[in-house]
Amino acid sequence: MSANTHASVGFEALEAKGWLGSRRYLLLRRSSQLFFLMLFLTGPLFGLWIAKGTLAGSLTLDVLPLNDPFVALQSVFAGHWPSAVALIGALIVLAAYLFVGGRVYCSWVCPINPVTDAAHWLHRRLDLPKGWQPKRSARLWVLATVLAVSFGTGTIAWETVNPITIVHRALVFGLGTAWIIVAAVFLFDLFVSRRGWCGHVCPVGAFYGLIGKTALLRVSAAKRSACDNCMDCYAVCPEMQVISLALKGAPGSSPIILAGDCTNCGACIDVCAQNVFAFTHRFDESVVEPPLKSAPEQSAANMMHKE
Amino acid sequence: MAMPQLTQSRRRFLTDTARMAGGCAVAGLGLAYVARDARALPADALRPPGALAEDDFLSACIRCGLCVRDCPFDTLMLADLGADGPATGTPYFTARDVPCEMCDDIPCVAACPTGALDPSLEDIDDARMGTAVLVDQENCLNFDGLRCDVCYRVCPSIDKAITLEASHDKRSGHHAIFAPTVHADHCTGCGLCEKSCVLPESAIKVLPVRLARGASADHYRRGWEEKEKHGAPLVDGLIDLPDRLPGPGTDNLAAPGGFEPSFKIPGSGQ
Repeated sequence: MSANTHASVGFEALEAKGWLGSRRYLLLRRSSQLFFLMLFLTGPLFGLWIAKGTLAGSLTLDVLPLNDPFVALQSVFAGHWPSAVALIGALIVLAAYLFVGGRVYCSWVCPINPVTDAAHWLHRRLDLPKGWQPKRSARLWVLATVLAVSFGTGTIAWETVNPITIVHRALVFGLGTAWIIVAAVFLFDLFVSRRGWCGHVCPVGAFYGLIGKTALLRVSAAKRSACDNCMDCYAVCPEMQVISLALKGAPGSSPIILAGDCTNCGACIDVCAQNVFAFTHRFDESVVEPPLKSAPEQSAANMMHKE
Repeated sequence: MAMPQLTQSRRRFLTDTARMAGGCAVAGLGLAYVARDARALPADALRPPGALAEDDFLSACIRCGLCVRDCPFDTLMLADLGADGPATGTPYFTARDVPCEMCDDIPCVAACPTGALDPSLEDIDDARMGTAVLVDQENCLNFDGLRCDVCYRVCPSIDKAITLEASHDKRSGHHAIFAPTVHADHCTGCGLCEKSCVLPESAIKVLPVRLARGASADHYRRGWEEKEKHGAPLVDGLIDLPDRLPGPGTDNLAAPGGFEPSFKIPGSGQ
């Protein structure tokens, strides 16, 4: 797959759907990331306070407390039971991500995502080797380790190194040194491990992935019968292991991408010229029936249509 | 046929697990080192009012910065990355830069969502952010016999947390020294004294309580305090011997000749 996909990812989608159409969810995601950052930045920049605090804990419009449940969990492991405000804030966030999918945080909110996406873009451009690829389960090990260290040291351990909150805090409070962290994550993803930080290491993503296992909002490969095996979706998906079960499942199997690892980023929807994928809810098992033509004829027809 | 495959997959599972566990042990030790290292708070970095003891504080503070946002005097700051500072992202202030103005409504404590700043602190006078210590008598202007008094004047708990204690100025022979004297029972550690000291380097500094103070042993009792509490001498039938007090006949410097007993032993001939 690699040689083929490296050369041509996204060209069919660009041709079929146009520049904007093949970048819809990417642009929406960047807007969303900017939106969530600006909620915190309008205060210090313009004196218009919407959300105070950082992603670890905030107060919106002086009424709505929001707290990172993973930070709260570490605090409990460290021996401190957070007070009611923090617990309510954590429960609200937890409920929201149980609904939309935990890793929506990763692709639609997290300020590190543009950094690792940029690293991936350059990685493709330079056609670098994929490098160190530990198992996807590695981040669950990291998650367990972080909780163990929190317990052992009595500190909220990950917050001493967490690039997400360090960068967010630096942006919102105007601290200077965080670019070192940004550079470190960028270089790690570029040279050490392709899609390494978000895909294999980050325990925050692992935690939100666990939350996302039962999410209502999901991507479905409903028109999988139209798939022409171009493999572009695998090339752009940051968690490509989640696709196969839905896309290549046996007839009668669920077309829904149910894996908690899926970040609901919509890259597969953008890149698919055949419009195989779409957002839906997890109970929407509907599959667009294959047309009466047999499969080889179908793909042949596609090829002709393209030429 | 099944057996070798089983042992192979088992072997693979075991090596994978061992590899992950080993990697996580190394990473975890590194993280633990960094996390523990962050607990060494520099002496000039003071925590906001109501902050739990440093060990507990780091288990509770999520570094959200809400206390910083609600500080009306921009006293509080979030620690930037760096080896020597307080733990990354935690709130602190430097008294010499901007001291704590001791707001009556303590907005920083009200803003804290986690209890890292203890909500049971309701009176700012009960805050113990540190304790002021007159660290350098040799440069303090008051100890030179001047009436600078600035630290005393700016103290929000004037005459309680800082008093001026008069004593004889031995250098000039006929002046007084008014020594600024901190009483830790009343000092909140706000740092106004350190901020206001007129010297290029402050002679009075707010230190973390652990550095500023000694501690009395649990079993030590001060006789005079116990006596006051009891309302009477603790032991009955004590004979109160005459005290050597300054005055005629008892002060060798004022009236040389030695101590003259106030009573005479009968039949001693004198």
